[in-house]
Formats: sequence, C-alpha cells, structure tokens
Amino acid sequence: METAVRTHAMLCGGTGCMASGTMKVKAAMEDEFKKKGIQDEAKVVLSGCNGFCAKGPVMAVYPDETFYQDITPADVPGLVEEHFLKGRPYQKLTFKEHEKKVAIPSIHDIPFFKHQVLVVLKNKGLIDPERIEDYIMMDGYKALSKALTLMKSEEIVKVVSDSGLRGRGGAGFPTGKKWELGLKIRADKKFVVCNGDEGDPGAFMDRSVMEADPHAVIEGMIICGVATESHKGYIYVRAEYPLAVKRLQIAIDQCYEAGLLGKNILSTGFDFDLEIYQGAGAFVCGEATALMRSVEGKRGMPRPKLWRSAVKGLWDKPTVLNNVETLANIPQIVLNGAGWYRSLGTEKSAGTKVFALTGAINNVGLVEVPMDTSLRKIIFDIGGGMINKRRKFKAVQLGGPSGGCIPEAYLDIPVTYEEIQKSGAIVGSGGMVVMDTSTCMVSTAKFFLDFTADESCGKCAPCRIGTKLMHDLLIDICEGRGREGDIEILEEMSDTIITASLCGLGQSAPNPVLSTIRHFRHEYESHIKDKWCTAGVCRDLCTFYIEEKICKGCGACMRACPSKAIEGEKKKPHKILQDACLHCRTCVDTCKFDAIKILPLSARTAGEADLQFLAGMMTEATAGIEKAEV
Amino acid sequence: MTRLTIAELQTIRDKNRATFTLRKGECKARVTVHMGTCGIAAGARSVMTSLMNEIALSGREDIIVKTSGCGGLCAREPITVIELPDQPPVIYGDLNEEKIKEIFREHVIRGNPAGEYALALGSETIF
Repeated sequence: METAVRTHAMLCGGTGCMASGTMKVKAAMEDEFKKKGIQDEAKVVLSGCNGFCAKGPVMAVYPDETFYQDITPADVPGLVEEHFLKGRPYQKLTFKEHEKKVAIPSIHDIPFFKHQVLVVLKNKGLIDPERIEDYIMMDGYKALSKALTLMKSEEIVKVVSDSGLRGRGGAGFPTGKKWELGLKIRADKKFVVCNGDEGDPGAFMDRSVMEADPHAVIEGMIICGVATESHKGYIYVRAEYPLAVKRLQIAIDQCYEAGLLGKNILSTGFDFDLEIYQGAGAFVCGEATALMRSVEGKRGMPRPKLWRSAVKGLWDKPTVLNNVETLANIPQIVLNGAGWYRSLGTEKSAGTKVFALTGAINNVGLVEVPMDTSLRKIIFDIGGGMINKRRKFKAVQLGGPSGGCIPEAYLDIPVTYEEIQKSGAIVGSGGMVVMDTSTCMVSTAKFFLDFTADESCGKCAPCRIGTKLMHDLLIDICEGRGREGDIEILEEMSDTIITASLCGLGQSAPNPVLSTIRHFRHEYESHIKDKWCTAGVCRDLCTFYIEEKICKGCGACMRACPSKAIEGEKKKPHKILQDACLHCRTCVDTCKFDAIKILPLSARTAGEADLQFLAGMMTEATAGIEKAEV
Repeated sequence: MTRLTIAELQTIRDKNRATFTLRKGECKARVTVHMGTCGIAAGARSVMTSLMNEIALSGREDIIVKTSGCGGLCAREPITVIELPDQPPVIYGDLNEEKIKEIFREHVIRGNPAGEYALALGSETIF
C-alpha cells in the first residue's frame, strides 16, 4: 500500500532558479522532512519554470497555495517547522509588495500571478516535467486521442485555422494556413519541425516552455503530424539549453516507451517519429530556411523564398515548421475548440502570448497574458514598475534585434501584432526589455546592430556589409565623431537593407535604429550636434557635474567613486575633478538628491560660473518636463 | 511503462487523482489537524500519522489534509476540523489514534458527523 501524501512543495526547477540554488534547497528540505518525521506525507517536487525568476529559488506549496521566494538552505529548518509541521505561513519568505511591505502568502493574491491568463503555461509549477504521468494527469494527450479517433485531418486543420492562432516565433503567420498547405501537398515524405532556436537577446519563453512542459510541445507536434499526414518530426533546440534538451529527451523516451511515439500510436495505426536536433547557437538558424539547412547537416544559411517550406523544405520535402509556443497551444485548441481560444485576445490577434519580461523592473520573469492586454498593465501591474524609484520609464524594447523601442506615449496600446507594428516594433518571439531614464537610446540601437552585424550569416551583401557600416556609424556617433547628415544616412541604409536583404532577419535588422530615430530623434541630434549624451552612458559625450545648491555634502559619491575623482568636506558641496573622472556614472547612481548633473562634453573645459548656470537650467528643465507629464 | 491505449490514458488520470486533487485544490473533504506546540505536545503527531494511514487504507483520493497552528483551545488538544462541501465545519477534540480513525470512517467516508467526539459546529466569528 502506498502511503497518502498530504502536501506537495513544488520547488521551481527552471534554469533561473537552478542557478540560484534550487538543488541545495531541495536536499535541505528532504533532510528536514526526515528529521521531523514527515517524509512520507510531504513531498518535494521539482517543477518547471514558475515564471517569477527574479525571486528565485521560488516554491509554491499545495494544497495551501502558499508562495515562497528567495529560499536559502539556512531558511529550511524554520520553513519546514512552521509551514509543513504547524501549518502556518513562514512570513519571512512570503511575497511582500514592494511599497507596502505587507506579506501576501497566497499565490493567487500576488499581482505578478493574478493578472496572468495561462494557456501555454497552464501546467507551469503544477507538474513535474520529468514525469509523463503528471502531464497525463492534467488532461495530457487527451487532445491527441481526440485528434486520432474523432477527427479527420481536415477537421484538425479547420479548428486551428478557426482559432486564429498565429505563429508565435515572431512573424505572426496564420498557423492554420501553413497546416492547410502542408496537408494539401502530396509527397512520399513530409516533415514537422519545431523551432526551438530562441536567439533574441533577453528572450527565454521557449526555453521555459520546453523545460516546464515538454510533453505539451511533443503532443502539439504529433497532432500537427496527424493534421498534415506527416510521420517524422524534428525539434531544433540550441545546445546552450542543456536543461531543455535533457527534459525533452526524457519526455521523448517516455513517449516511445508508452507508445505515444513510434509505430501504431495509442493502437490507432498512426506512426510518428520524433528526434531532437541540437543547434550550435547561430542566430541565423532561427530563420526557418536556415534552420532546415542546418538539420540537413549543412551550414545554416537562408535560401531565397521562391517557394514556401510547406511545399519544399527539409530535404526538399514538404515541411511544416512551427515555433515552440505555437505548438504548445495546439493541444488546448484541439481539446477546447476554436471558439474557446478566440474568446481570448482580439479579432486578429487571438489567444495569449508569453513574454519574457526583463530589464529595469521589479518582477523579472515569464508572463502569459491575453493579447489585448496593454503594455502598461504588463510593465506596471505584473512587472511591478521600475526597480529604481528615482528613475522613470523610458522605453520598452519588443521583438529583439528585429523589433524596436516603444516610448511611454504608446504604453496603452494592446500587445496585438497590428498595434505593436504601428508603434514601430514587432511582437516578435516575446522578449520584452524595459528601460529606464538611465538608458541611452543611441547606445541601445548600437547594441542591437553590434549583435546583428556579428550574427549576419554573410550570404547577402546588404545584411553582411550594411549592418556593419550602420554599426560603425553608430559607434562614431557615440564616440563623438557624429556629423550632420548621419541620421539621414542611417535611414537611407536601413531602407536599402530592408529592401534588398534575403531573409527576414536581414530585412528587420535596421528596425532597432529606425524605431529609436522615430521616437528618440532628439537623442541622436544631441549626440551629433551638441556632443551630449543626456543619459550619461556614452563616456565621450558627457561631463558629470555636482550642482552646489542641491549637494548636501554627504560624501556618498566620494566613497563610491572608483577613481577618487570627487573631493569635498563634510556637509559642504563636493566637486568632481574633471581630469580624473572616468565617466562611469557611479556617482549619478549613488546620489540620493539628484545633485549630479550630466552636462555636454564642452562643459569639461567651461568655467565654474557657466557650469553652475547650466546645471541650474537643467534642474529647472527636468522640473518643467515632470510638470508637463503630470 | 507498457504501451498505452486511449483507455489506459484515462486510467493514469484516475490513478493520479490524489495528486491532482492536492495541486488543484478541488476536493470532497478537507481535514485540518491542529499542529501547534500544544497540539503536538498532546499527541497531534500520532493523530496525523493515524489519519494518513486511514486515508491510504480507504483508497480515497479526493481528500485534502492540512495542518494549522494552535486553535486557542489548548486544553482540548489534539483538535481536528473536518469540512465537507455545503456543511458547516465540525471541530473534534481530545483525540487519539483510535478516535481519529473512527471519526474519519464515520464523518468523511459515511458523511455523518461523529457527534460523541464533536466539540462544536461551525467556525469562530471573524470580525
């Protein structure tokens, strides 16, 4: 007889929490359970990514639904005694709201979780991703059973079409259309490919889905096989995702053993084989045609899109390629119907989208929201607002190197494909990087161009040469060599690259520059004309100066300065020695009174009186802007 | 694992009902054992073990067991509260390993509150 278990501690085993020490906490908890003699009635279960990565290691205890964060092995004895033995929330580790400092023990009351709607991530934190029974328990493989026994291929394609699901990898192509073409084409062999080559800087949605719920992706792929009459699938994952590869492989092995993959699946006569293909991490291999070349064992490079992959793809056979998140949506859609899915999101952008929320906000992590949710709600309600209270929101970067930066004025738009595109960015795969006022937008554009120039596969000249030249020009601007007319040159080059590049990645590479020029043109102008990086990021284009009227003489900046470039007596205004200053910004970040002003390059040689006047003007100007914003 | 059929998928779901109940919080009965210092001193630990054995024996997988701190009535510990849907909670006191078994069978399995051991009905007034 198995003993009954009364409580499960679902400890997050995502990559983020693992790095923060999940395994040590797990060992300590199991030890402590034994010490207290409750090892039979309380279990520690390693779940997939819970989403609240900023506070890791995190844990949700069921059935109490209590949420714990920042757990260390040293906390474990107290936690086990209080919660698992005596049934009282262990206040020290419960979630606390940033401003109120009130302890909130229940997972459903925490704003980060409360505002989310889970479809793709519905099993996150509720199942052990390495146990197929856990997935089956949550109605896993029910959709596949339905697809195999009750539906014709055409009917599956129709449900997916009607649901309005669009590719979650970035381009937003209607999934149903792709499947329809895949089914229509006749061939001796067809392939289903899952694109798990997540390459955008700051994006980790697909990794988390593969780690937390690998069977959902596999079930989606088998259903795609049934719908398009294909019998072979590949999951393309980058080797930099070892945990995702491991859990997918475990899941695939379990499926073969259980007869959910291989010959005669679920005794219905349908065959489907699936294997993992590990990529070496080249950004270009996230592009569908380059990915297929890579699976063939060739160098990953895109081909001209004279025909669709659904007609001629992998080894020139019809191939339906979908993104991880797209495929993880499929079982839910087949099970609950197109109408159910359509009830979320908008007419043209149905369903939910998973975002990897990072940057200058409090709650960094993985979030899933209906597509009609506004950016403001994601950043301020779920994300918990700016992590540094003295700084303001400046922009949010969406879509990685193919996307753009969206300023405050657009924060109330919903995250639909159409609206985000109008703002100059793209939904992309779901990377969402929030930037505050300490960010220089020219440097941000430079960072992305550095990335695309570096990752360009080199096949076509506009991307290979164009991105490099744009990057060089941006370096010049950031280092003080910018000239009148540079903005126009950047725009012209962007236009050429967009028109003439071979693949989608090249065609979208100039977007980070174009969107920052569109929304933050004044920053480019001040870099070029005034030699002034107002955010104080470009070292060659700023002068740090302490405004005497504001400085309280507390000495904080003096202690923080790495080059001892600040001098002054206690309670008297301090002074920065311009010759010794490294322009590292440390003093600006340290000062609690905003006494340190960022002035243009020319201020380094200006007289004391001029500087005070300039600094005073800046204080007034910022006050003016704040008033205008209110 | 042997090769599965569609019917066997459902069997796995049924078999894992207990885990599902626990994580989703959908249950037919909730039993709360008071495990404060007073409760443990009076023997709540062995009441809990006895209860867990009894649940395993019954094979029921739709019961949630929770612990809680001191309920304030230390003199009558070990105390356990049983809640069934649409019925007020029943508080049982002065428990031991044997009594909890009897109460479990009578109240949770058969649905009749075990009056002889009951201390009170309903929950305290919360302002």
